[in-house]
Amino acid sequence: MSPIHKLELSGVSKSYRRRGHLLPVLDHISLHVREGEFVTLLGPSGSGKSTLFRLIGGVERPDEGSISIAGKEMTGKTGHVSYMPQQASLFPWMSVADNISTALVTCGVEKKEAKEQAREWLSRITLGDVADEYPHVLSGGMQQRVSFLRALLMPRDVMCLDEPFAALDALTRAEMQRWLLELWESNRRSVLFVTHSIEEALILSDRIYVLSRAPARILREITVPFERPRRSDVWTLQEFVELKKDVLELLEEGEPAIV
Amino acid sequence: MLRNIVPPVLSVTVFLLVWQAACKMFSLPPYMLPDPLRVAERMAEDSSLLLKHVAATFQLALMGVAAGVAAGIIVALILHFVPWLRSAVAPLIVMSQNIPLIVLAPLLIMWFGFGLSPKLILLVIICFFPIAWSMLAGLRHAEPHLREYLAMIGASRRQMLLRLELPASLPYFFSGLKITTTYSVSSVVVAEWLGSSKGIGYYLYLKFKGYDIAAAFGAVACIIALSLLFYGAAALLERLVIRWRPRTGEKGGRQA
Repeated sequence: MSPIHKLELSGVSKSYRRRGHLLPVLDHISLHVREGEFVTLLGPSGSGKSTLFRLIGGVERPDEGSISIAGKEMTGKTGHVSYMPQQASLFPWMSVADNISTALVTCGVEKKEAKEQAREWLSRITLGDVADEYPHVLSGGMQQRVSFLRALLMPRDVMCLDEPFAALDALTRAEMQRWLLELWESNRRSVLFVTHSIEEALILSDRIYVLSRAPARILREITVPFERPRRSDVWTLQEFVELKKDVLELLEEGEPAIV
Repeated sequence: MLRNIVPPVLSVTVFLLVWQAACKMFSLPPYMLPDPLRVAERMAEDSSLLLKHVAATFQLALMGVAAGVAAGIIVALILHFVPWLRSAVAPLIVMSQNIPLIVLAPLLIMWFGFGLSPKLILLVIICFFPIAWSMLAGLRHAEPHLREYLAMIGASRRQMLLRLELPASLPYFFSGLKITTTYSVSSVVVAEWLGSSKGIGYYLYLKFKGYDIAAAFGAVACIIALSLLFYGAAALLERLVIRWRPRTGEKGGRQA
């Protein structure tokens, strides 16, 4: 018996109408995420990755195709994924702990339990002493940690992470990747991660779908061969460098004009 | 702290000194322009009567602001949830703000008599508008990325309102409140002038009839003090309620 995929997209297409023209954004995208698997969508900016997330989140409906979560048809239905956006998107009027606990309440967690969970986990990621602060006192990296924790704790089948480190500086970014990897490897959840950084995709994922420029198609599916837990110097391996080169060439082929 | 207080105190003091000096220098008659000392003297003489009228005005202004704020919040919420109603009634509401006070007040008195109701209605019409309009803007312009986030995690309409739109509209609400409180006292005074038997407006009316200009200036001083009191209360309330914003001067960690 084949295991039920946590997330499955089959033949999803979407176009938008811009000034009377039909602008195709997604072109028959089919992909899946298995239980406890870290899957990355890798593609150039403007390849419709965020649109794909809106469809998975149920905020918009695809023109064609279907989306199922944990084996159930969920096309156009909200409230079945947890989400970490590009900007930390913490509510400035809520304390750090309340930001997490109210999100859990939205997912149906009981209020008291949500508060306990938020505090317990904040201390676990060594942010316990800022639990009662407003988010604006935190640095960008710390805000993203809180945002990730909020997504991790939501009791939902799939976590959608939308370029969560894109706004961070390179140093903070590398540090955040290590941190996320460690946290995720000890709490395996089904993750769909979006990025335009090839290295980031190779460091973090089990599998990678490489997307073309808009209208996005899947150019290739890559199974990342490095063992778990990932070594922190995985990027120095010969195999890593070659894989990176392959993907780079693939992306350039998809768009020969841009190198 | 001192840096914030010294300049305004200094400028007001200089203003009063120049006024006092000008009255002396050009030897203006007190019925044209009384000097500040004469005004203060007159206020002291009339203090018990003045205090009684100030209390009446204060009470009416407080009631008017309270009713106006309540009406403003209700109107903002209704128009926020019913967009077609918003486009339908927006011109009517703006028109209501263009009728001069001096026309509206006698009409209301004609229709509702000399009691409390015409004055309250007038105040509500004046006070609700800044609240409703600024709050409506706040409700609609809540940060789009937070709106998107809530939509993605499947928050209900009610959660959207309570967790995002209402808190996001609070800073707008308070700027509306500060405008409202600034207008409220002088609007009460106009209403009292036109038809009342108490309040600073009525006091002013009597003093002008008696050419007691120093007393009229004293009444104006009371009006200014009351307005500042209302404004200060609104500003204080804002500081107490909105605590999540980094104070000016403090470095905020807010990032793009």
